[in-house]
Amino acid sequence: MSIPDGNTRPLLEDGMPMKDALDCGDVLELLSAYVDGELSPELCRAIEAHMAVCHDCFVVLDSMNKTLVLYHRLEPPEMPEDVELRLFQVLNLDDFLT
Amino acid sequence: MNDVKTYDTEEELLAALKAGDRYACAELVRRYSPKLYRVTLRILGSEDEAEEALQEAFISACNKISSFRGDSQLGTWLYRVATNAALMRLRKRKEDHVSLDAPVETEEGTELPRNLADWRFDPYRVVLSGELREILEQAIQKLPDTLRVVFVLRELEGLSTLETAQALGISESATKVRLHRARMALRELLAPYLADVDSRWEYPTVA
Repeated sequence: MSIPDGNTRPLLEDGMPMKDALDCGDVLELLSAYVDGELSPELCRAIEAHMAVCHDCFVVLDSMNKTLVLYHRLEPPEMPEDVELRLFQVLNLDDFLT
Repeated sequence: MNDVKTYDTEEELLAALKAGDRYACAELVRRYSPKLYRVTLRILGSEDEAEEALQEAFISACNKISSFRGDSQLGTWLYRVATNAALMRLRKRKEDHVSLDAPVETEEGTELPRNLADWRFDPYRVVLSGELREILEQAIQKLPDTLRVVFVLRELEGLSTLETAQALGISESATKVRLHRARMALRELLAPYLADVDSRWEYPTVA
């Protein structure tokens, strides 16, 4: 497996490592900055080049993205009316309750 | 019956609060309590404690409003007060249950991913059933406190990196690092339920 030792570098067609390519450890540390659009186009291309040949890192990116989509779709918990009522009472503001 | 007043800007509301206007205080509670309740609930994972932290936060905010200098937005300041109230409760909880076996929370590095199976579903088409919502909420509770508060404010409440950093009294770079670790940890926590499952969540089995 490539990720645990964090040393997999993409290989060129002749099997030689790409110069200045990112390894799995680099890519994993940069994933959030990548999905948040904070990286330079050059670094984005380097990450995409790594993803093209490293399925493990692709899976981590894909599943992290899916995790975030699910959380963004999750309905936030609503404050129950009795919690609001008691809050106004504690603050001596219950005469303002509608 | 009280006259209806409106505060078009945050400055107007703040000026009224500092002048001791009770209507302004009620307006502050009305505007911000649903958001702050969500935050305290998701940090504490307990409805009773979330309510108590919410009350403590507003008592504290109303007492300290005269010292609010406007270094951040009023909302960001309130998030900070509420987050602190929730964190105080977490600290108290730990003091009450000191265990030599308790895991040590460290800031050292992101744990390497272990579950590397594909997630084969479209997250936009997944049915957010009660079961799945529960799994997602429980995973938040399993995060270390330092990561959970950042995830709640930044990812779930949608505060900016700067606002989250101000609310927590940490740097923007620390906020980004913690957010990344929280996302990676949640991915790992959810993987046993969501990885390698063919569209199960997209088309849940009808019982």
